[in-house]
Amino acid sequence: MANAQPLLSVRGVSKAFLGVSALENVDFTLQAGEVHALLGENGAGKSTLIKIITGAYRRDEGEVLLEGVPIHPRDVVDAQKLGIGTVYQEVNLLTNLTVAENLFLGRQPKRFGLTDVREMNRRSRAILDTYGLHIDVTAPLANFSVAIQQVVAIARAVDISGKVLVLDEPTASLDAHEVEMLFAVVRQLRARGMGIIFISHFLDQVYEIADSITVLRNGRLIDTVPVAGLNRLKLVSMMLGRQLEADIKRTIDPTTAQSDPLVSLRGLGKRGNIDPLDLDIRQGEVVGIAGLLGSGRTETAQLVFGIERADSGTISVAGKPINMSSPRKAIAQGFAFCPEDRKTDGIVGDLSVRENIIFALQAQRGWMRPLSRSEQETLADRYIAALDIRTSDREKPIKFLSGGNQQKVLLARWLATNPRFLILDEPTRGIDVGAHAEIIRLIIDLCERGMALLVISSELGELVGYSSRIVVLRDRKMVSELTGEEISTDHIMKAIALHGASGEAA
Amino acid sequence: MAVPTIVRERTPQLVVLAVILALNGIISPGFFSIEIQNDRLYGSLIDVLNRGAPVTLLAIGMTLVIATKGIDLSVGAVMAIVGAVAASLITSGYSLPATLAGSLFVGLACGVWNGALVALLDIQPIIATLILMVAGRGIAQLITEGVILTFNDKPELIFVGSGSFLNLPMPVIIWIIVAILAILVVRRSALGLLIEAIGVNRRASTLSGVNSRVILLAVYAASGLCSAIAGVIAAADIKGADANNAGLWLEMDAILAVVIGGTSLLGGRFSLVGSLMGAMIIQSLNTGILLAGFPPEFNLIIKAAIILIILIVQSPASQAAMANFRANRQTVAVKTESREHAAR
Repeated sequence: MANAQPLLSVRGVSKAFLGVSALENVDFTLQAGEVHALLGENGAGKSTLIKIITGAYRRDEGEVLLEGVPIHPRDVVDAQKLGIGTVYQEVNLLTNLTVAENLFLGRQPKRFGLTDVREMNRRSRAILDTYGLHIDVTAPLANFSVAIQQVVAIARAVDISGKVLVLDEPTASLDAHEVEMLFAVVRQLRARGMGIIFISHFLDQVYEIADSITVLRNGRLIDTVPVAGLNRLKLVSMMLGRQLEADIKRTIDPTTAQSDPLVSLRGLGKRGNIDPLDLDIRQGEVVGIAGLLGSGRTETAQLVFGIERADSGTISVAGKPINMSSPRKAIAQGFAFCPEDRKTDGIVGDLSVRENIIFALQAQRGWMRPLSRSEQETLADRYIAALDIRTSDREKPIKFLSGGNQQKVLLARWLATNPRFLILDEPTRGIDVGAHAEIIRLIIDLCERGMALLVISSELGELVGYSSRIVVLRDRKMVSELTGEEISTDHIMKAIALHGASGEAA
Repeated sequence: MAVPTIVRERTPQLVVLAVILALNGIISPGFFSIEIQNDRLYGSLIDVLNRGAPVTLLAIGMTLVIATKGIDLSVGAVMAIVGAVAASLITSGYSLPATLAGSLFVGLACGVWNGALVALLDIQPIIATLILMVAGRGIAQLITEGVILTFNDKPELIFVGSGSFLNLPMPVIIWIIVAILAILVVRRSALGLLIEAIGVNRRASTLSGVNSRVILLAVYAASGLCSAIAGVIAAADIKGADANNAGLWLEMDAILAVVIGGTSLLGGRFSLVGSLMGAMIIQSLNTGILLAGFPPEFNLIIKAAIILIILIVQSPASQAAMANFRANRQTVAVKTESREHAAR
């Protein structure tokens, strides 16, 4: 950090949505000629920070300086003019237009008031030549691979903006060879003196391309460190954090480990989602799934609950193989699933708390056997009391409840069906501290009453606290199964951080 | 003052209906008079109920489809198909029950076709039902072999369109029975809840174990069945099947009735009673415009203008303004009340 003046400097920036803090007093410094990786799990505040830099959001507090000058981008176009361009994971270009049209859309060279196509094509060729890309610029963009589209998007962003380039998960849909091609372009831009912010979940790529790393967690800055000499384990622990695990450590009854499994997965997998894995879950047992985002955690749960169809392996329930082809089949086996994305996959927003609570039970009974209004009210009131759901009224639409209370309603929805196997995907994400502790207590309580649970969580301390066993996933593969004394955040992080397949710590 | 919920929730529709009926009364002084001739009630009000039967029936099915975030553009064309089927069955010598059964079956099949496109192939409802909307009149023409198939000598089928029972015209009796049945089935079972849930969030509903595909299929089938009944009535009314004009543009009136009735095109909460009122509002308009004796070329323009006014009154913007106004008045009322308390 020898440069006197950083290219982009973010100081003390905060942002809250509806009173919930998304970013708190975050500093971030980008030098010219630097690739700076921005890391953190979902909800860490990466995208909020990026959107503030690129003008999509207004900051509540703090300042952003570009080459030492405070900037206040009104919107994305304004930020582009100032010199800050963005390329997203999903290429947001128009694939039905030609490469040249995409490069010059909205700023086509004009001649007599009409687009000068020849000039546009000539300049497009010149631009792409500098990236070593010799393609037919008059062909529709759709004719080219995602990687080339990605480079075109970068070329456009650089040509318009030219100072700061934000790459938001650019490699998510590229294969190894394409990633190399993209990185060559990134290195070239770095050599030209641009500042590049690189967001990715793939730690290997971060180590390959980035010069420094900034880690965010829960909206706060954890640290900014140079990549050279950074220990992987340290990086993972920065991203995931450590919680006090002694507080909630559950005592595990050793006899459960010998009973027959309620649910067993054998070679269950789906290409591109999760490699085949074996797993047993017994009654009275919580099996935790740990892993970074994109490691295949949610995909595993979706296979077990019949949301996605497996292309290999079997699922047996109480020893009998089941064709798990739809959620209805899973529910018929006494399965229940609280999804990660409550808003799109869980709540039925316009319906009341009462209707949301009785929903899965009613769906299971079928439309011919309605629960009477008084049965519905009894059920709803029972769960509102038991789970301490804070709502002014059971008839209130669920969309007006806080995240924690919505999560409790979803738990109530499934508990009302009296399941024997409950899958929870990030049950404590984005909910307040009080509800958080209650949900953990509930998990432990359900388990002690003999339910089998499969819990996916990024909160490792939490997972260590209640899990009987923990499965660690990395890069869509099961890499480790921790039992007994091995269950600790250290072991999980080592398993996640490990390079290659060996069992030794890095 | 205990106002039933159903009246309170439908106040805007009731007010609009009352205003339009009152205007009709001013335009044509005899509008509210009802008399009995040949054991049948006659009068403009009865005429509104009677002429409104097709749109009312279509609106019942349309409400359920729209509640699932869908739309059924084919209802008018299905009316034409079913009218053609009914006319050709009865003129081929089939009995009335066989004709009715065959007609309703064809309507149901049309609905299942739409439902299959939407629920199984995941085609957008507007496109999926557009196919039958366009093809339907062609199919109807094929059935009638390009002519208007009349059945002047089949009083049993004509009775469905212009007969009467208990002094009421048959179409009125039919739509009231269908409406009551629909409301009972939907609200006394869990179907209403499941339909609304699919309209609000289909994915979450499926993940909670709702058989979304079957329910989607069922609402389009119901819409097909309602269109079939409307098609039979329309054909029986003119004593013939007109493949080109039967039910023409009625899909638009049906959608309008649903929207005026307070069900959002975005799906979710729906009200069959509201849609029935919407259909009556539209028919009162049609009848009123006819009675007023405007040149016919003005009819559609006047209708559009009045509907525009209704929709502006119901728009979220003016609803918000109304709510604001009410809230202000309430605060004033509360303030006066508390002042009175203080005085005491």
